[in-house]
Amino acid sequence: MIEIKRDIVIIGGGPAGLAAAIAAREAGITSLTVLEREAEPGGILRQCIHNGFGLHRFGEEMTGPEYAQRDIDKAREMGIEILCDTTVLSVEADHTATCVSPAHGLTVYHAGAVILAMGCRERPRGALGTPGTRCAGIYTAGSAQKFINLESLMPGRRVVILGSGDIGLIMARRMTLQGAKVLACVELMPYSSGLNRNIVQCLEDYGIPLYLSHTVTNVEGRERLTGVTVAKVDEHRRPVPGTEIHFDCDTLLLSVGLIPENELSKGAGVTLSPTTSGAVVDDSLQTSVPGIFACGNVLHVHDLVDFVSDESFRAGKMAAAYVRGSLAAGAELPVRDGPGVRGVVPQKLRLPVEEEVRLMFRPDAVYKNATVVVTAGETVLARKRSLILTPGEMAVIPLKPQEIPSCDGLTVHIERGNN
Amino acid sequence: MQTDILIIGAGVVGCALARDLSRYTAGITVLEAAADVAEGASKANSGIVHAGFDAHAGSVKAHYNVRGAEMYPSYCAELGVPYRQNGALVLAFSPEDRSTIEALYRQGLDNGVKGLRILERDEILTLEPLTNAQVVCALLAETSGLVSPYELTFALADHAAVNGVQFQLDTPVTAVRREDSGWTVATPRGEWHCRILINCAGASSAWIHNQMTGREEHHIVNRRGQYWILDHASPLPFRHTMFQCPTKMGKGVLVAPTVHGNVLLGPTAEDIDDPLDTATTAQGLDDVLQACRLTWPQVNVRTAVTNFSGIRAHEEKGDFIIGAVQGCKHAYETVGVESPGLTSAPAIAAELSALIAAAEELAKKDSWVQAKPLPKPFNEMTPQEQAAACAQDPLNGRLICRCEVVTEAEIRRAIRRPVGARSIDGVKRRTRAGMGRCQGGFCAPRVAEILSEELQLPMTQLTKNGGDSLLVTSTLVQAMKEAQTK
Repeated sequence: MIEIKRDIVIIGGGPAGLAAAIAAREAGITSLTVLEREAEPGGILRQCIHNGFGLHRFGEEMTGPEYAQRDIDKAREMGIEILCDTTVLSVEADHTATCVSPAHGLTVYHAGAVILAMGCRERPRGALGTPGTRCAGIYTAGSAQKFINLESLMPGRRVVILGSGDIGLIMARRMTLQGAKVLACVELMPYSSGLNRNIVQCLEDYGIPLYLSHTVTNVEGRERLTGVTVAKVDEHRRPVPGTEIHFDCDTLLLSVGLIPENELSKGAGVTLSPTTSGAVVDDSLQTSVPGIFACGNVLHVHDLVDFVSDESFRAGKMAAAYVRGSLAAGAELPVRDGPGVRGVVPQKLRLPVEEEVRLMFRPDAVYKNATVVVTAGETVLARKRSLILTPGEMAVIPLKPQEIPSCDGLTVHIERGNN
Repeated sequence: MQTDILIIGAGVVGCALARDLSRYTAGITVLEAAADVAEGASKANSGIVHAGFDAHAGSVKAHYNVRGAEMYPSYCAELGVPYRQNGALVLAFSPEDRSTIEALYRQGLDNGVKGLRILERDEILTLEPLTNAQVVCALLAETSGLVSPYELTFALADHAAVNGVQFQLDTPVTAVRREDSGWTVATPRGEWHCRILINCAGASSAWIHNQMTGREEHHIVNRRGQYWILDHASPLPFRHTMFQCPTKMGKGVLVAPTVHGNVLLGPTAEDIDDPLDTATTAQGLDDVLQACRLTWPQVNVRTAVTNFSGIRAHEEKGDFIIGAVQGCKHAYETVGVESPGLTSAPAIAAELSALIAAAEELAKKDSWVQAKPLPKPFNEMTPQEQAAACAQDPLNGRLICRCEVVTEAEIRRAIRRPVGARSIDGVKRRTRAGMGRCQGGFCAPRVAEILSEELQLPMTQLTKNGGDSLLVTSTLVQAMKEAQTK
C-alpha cells in the first residue's frame, strides 16, 4: 500500500475535474493529482461526438472530444498529474482518498482539500419499475451511445426511446443516421426534459414523433426485445386504459434522468440535498465537510458542459484558497427554493458577497414570460425576466456583489407572467 | 453420445445431485435446456433457507426441509457460498392469524425444528422496530437463513465439473425412450444413451416423468412469483426475514434481507400456463407493494434496482416426489420441487445419491477433489487484503463494476470457472457486476469486451443471457450497408 500527500486531490477527470485542476494550478497549487477511472481523461465527453459544445465558453461549436481535448492539453501543458485507470474506493472526511489501479495497486492519498467531480449516471429501467420481461435490447441512452461511438457497434434496428432527456434525443438522431428506424420518443411529462434545440434538431428534423404524457407500460420479448406497449398517462402519471399503442421494436433506449453519483460523498459524510441528489454547498462550492468541494454533474445535473466548466473553475480556485488558509469563513446564509423553484445551488452564501454568485436551479414546470426573483426578507436583491422557463433547461440568476440586509436567508422564486 | 448417468436439469437440485454422485465411479452428464446453470427457479426465488415449520408434518417436504436446513451452515462453508442465519418472523395481525401462528409452532415442533418461539407485540417491536405496530404476535424461527441461490448452484456445478461431471448447456430434452440397456434421451443436439436416468427438470419434471413412464401421473402448475429488489445503499429495515401468515398458495409475501444486503419484496403467487413466462406485470408488482405494506408500513420502491419473477414448479398433489421412478428400472426423479426446494436440495442430493449408489451398486472413487472455495470478493476485503490482491494480480486494481465494486480479475475468473460465465447475465450472477444501482449501464460494455476476449467471440455474437438475446445487432459498418441496400 502506497501513501501519498497532495495539496489537492480531484476525483474525476471529466470536464469538471479538468477545469477544477486547471483553476487550482492557476491559483498556484502544484501538488495536485486528478484520479480518473477510465483509460483516458475527458469523461462522458469522449463519447459525445455530436457538436454544440463550447458555444458559451469558447464562442465556437465543438464536439465533445474536441471540447475535452482543450482542457486535457492545457492540464498537460501545466504539468498537472492525471492518473487514469484509477478508481477511488473511498473518501474520508479527513481528506484521505483510497484508490486502486493496475499500475500502482492500492494507494492512499492524504490531501489538503478534495474536489468531488465524479459526474452522474443514468437512471436505469429497474428504478422505473417498468413491468415485462428482462430481455436484451434495453439500454440507457448513454450505454447505446458508448456502443456506437466508442465500440462501433449497433445496439439495434428498430428503436423506441423512453424519456426525452438530451442524451435520448441525441441518440434518436445518431441511431437514425446510422440506419436504424426510430419509431417514437415517449415522454412521461407533458413537456420534454431536453433542450429545445435538441427536440428540433434530433426529432423534428428526422420526423420522429414525440409522445408527451405517455409512458412504456410493458416490455415484451423472451430473448431479444420484440416490442413495447406505450400508453397515455393521466395527470397523476398513471396509464390510461384503452390508450395503448404497440410498437414492434428490438431496442428500447432509456433517457429518464441523470443521478449525481455521490456514493463516495456519502462515505465522506457530505450532506446531500434530496432535491438535487448532490452535495449541499456554499458559494465557494464547499460541502458540509470542510475542505471537500463539489462541482459539475456530481453537484447537480447540468445541461451544458460550458456551465460545468465555469462552476468547476470556481471550485478549483476556492479549494486552492482553502489549502492556503485564505478562504473566507464569514457568516452563513441559507438560499431557499421558493414557489416554482427546485434545487437552487448553492444552497448557502457566505457573507459578505464580494463576487458575483450565479444561483442555478430548475423550474418545477413550464413558465412563459415569467420573472425569477431573489429576495432577502422583504427586499428584492435580483430580478430576471425570461420568455420561457422549463424544467429541461437550467435557469441561472446572477447575484451581484451587494450588501445583504439582515434576514434569515434568501429565497428564489418564480413570478408568473401573462401568457 | 454415451454416459453412465444422465441428469436432466442443472438447477440447484440437479447440480447438488451431480456433485454428490461425482463421488462414485461413473460417467455423469447433466443436460440443461438453458444457456447456463441455475436458469429456472434456482435463480429467481426468495433465497431463504426455511427453518421447516411450514411443511405439513410427515410430508416429504418436511423431511427434506428440516434435514436440508440443518446441513446448510457447513454445506455453504465447504463450498464457499455466502450464507447467513438471520432468523425469521411470521407475523400475525388478527386472532385468526394467532391461531395460525400457534398451529405453525406446533407443526414446527412436530417436524423437529429447533429454536422456535412465539413472541408478543412488544418483543417484536423491540426486535424489529419498523414492523407494523398493529402486529399482535409472531413466530420466531431462529434457524431460518439466507443464501444466494444461484451462487450456491454455480459452486455445486463447479465442484461437480472438477470431479468429472460433464455439463451440456443449451440442450433441451425433446423425448425420452426406454431401452433394454437403459435410456435414450433425444435433444436437438443429438441423442444421449445412458444406463441411469435422473429427472431434476423443475418445471418440466412432470413432463419428463410422463415421458419415462408413459403414464400421465403428475401435473406441474407453474406458479409465478414477482419480486422487487431494493438497493443495498439504504440501511436494512429488518434483520430477520419477515413473513406474513401463509395461505394455500404459498408462504405469503415476505420482506427479507439478502446475503448481499439488498432488500427483497415478494413474491406473488399466480398460476400461469407458460413455464417460461417470467415477465412481471404492473398488477403483480403493485400487489407485492400493497401486501408488503402490512409488514412494513413505510415500504417504498424509490430505491428499487430491479424487479423480476420466478416460476415455482408446484405439483398438483402438493408434495415433493423424490426417489426411484415406480415401475421403471434405473430411473430416479425429483418432481414438484417448489419451495422449500432450495432448502431441501442438499438433503435431497445426499439421500438420493446414497439410494442410487446402493441400488445401482456404484463404487466410491479413490480420489474425490474437495471443493475449492472462491477467493473472498474484492469488495469484502480489508485495505491490506486489497493491496495484496492487487500485488498478486494487477487486474484486481481495475474496477469494472463501480456500483458493486467488481474487478477485472474477478470477471475473468468468473468466465474461467469450471462451469464459467458465457453471457453478460452469467458474469452478473457470478460476480454481481451489473447488479447495482446503474444495472450495468457503465459496466455492461466493458464486461462484453472481456467476454469477447476470453471466449474469443466477436462482440456481435455475445448475448445477455444465451439464445438470441444478442447484445448488439451488428457492427456500424454492417448497419450502414444494410441501410444502403434498403
